[in-house]
Amino acid sequence: MALNVNTLKVGDTHEELVAENLSRTQIVQYAGASGDYMPLHTDEVYAREIAGYPGVFAHGMLSMGATGAMLTHWVGDGRLTKYSARFTRQVWPGDDLLAKATITNIINENGEVLAEMDVLTTNQNGQTVISGKATARIDT
Amino acid sequence: MAAFKFPVDASQIMLFARAVGDDNPIYHDSEYASGTETKGIIAPPTFVQASAQYDPNFPLRPTIGEPWFGSGKEATGTPKSDIQPKEKSEKKSSDSARILHAEQQYIYHKPIRPGDDLSVTTKRGKSWEKEGRRGGTMRFSETITEFRDTKGELVVTATSVGVTTGKAVSQD
Repeated sequence: MALNVNTLKVGDTHEELVAENLSRTQIVQYAGASGDYMPLHTDEVYAREIAGYPGVFAHGMLSMGATGAMLTHWVGDGRLTKYSARFTRQVWPGDDLLAKATITNIINENGEVLAEMDVLTTNQNGQTVISGKATARIDT
Repeated sequence: MAAFKFPVDASQIMLFARAVGDDNPIYHDSEYASGTETKGIIAPPTFVQASAQYDPNFPLRPTIGEPWFGSGKEATGTPKSDIQPKEKSEKKSSDSARILHAEQQYIYHKPIRPGDDLSVTTKRGKSWEKEGRRGGTMRFSETITEFRDTKGELVVTATSVGVTTGKAVSQD
């Protein structure tokens, strides 16, 4: 299930559609599961009238979590050693999210072989919503 | 420096995985999980966010008996004129609407499992300012959170970068 150094090379990619027509309900679900009840994400009245946004938008961490699913499906469970994300654009109800990882380096560190990768999640318009990096232990 | 305990249970892991849209059985099926490399259920990569549930002073959760800044009768429950300076919930003013999550980093030292009893400590990291195109002057600040097991060993190190914007971030 995990990646293997003998078959993996720099430039290899994996992508998954991690959200399709993202619902307000899933955003509410994430608020409940994470405990982040920021009204910007779940309270349309507050988001419009007080915060001045067109409406609610997803927690950045929902997109990072969904993108993390793409990563672990590829590198295997419990294999990530690092994962980081920059939130470059808001994700709105109705958005589709395509998450993609690209191997940038394969290194030896403390007796382990690690694959380093760039992570990119884009919306249905091809705009980047997450730009990140990840590192995973791979088999030899 | 805040410190609190974060007890991890299986149902919390299942609910969190559902919320990020991940149906991987490693997060809810103990029979399946026991036959895999991890030898049991583990938590998904961003799961430590759920520690907010146990943070006694987490500002983005309604506090019983105190006004909440989200909508009720009015569009916000804490109009600026109503904020009592003595209240600890003062920080829950509508200014919170200008704080956004800019960046998040995790270092994984070992998997999180149901039954773990994690200790959470938080400290401030760097802070800096930047002139933004979309949101006016942006003030960034870093928070570093360490999750340790009962032996005191690091399980996850999380670094969060928050940004306070001068105005609502525009669409393009």
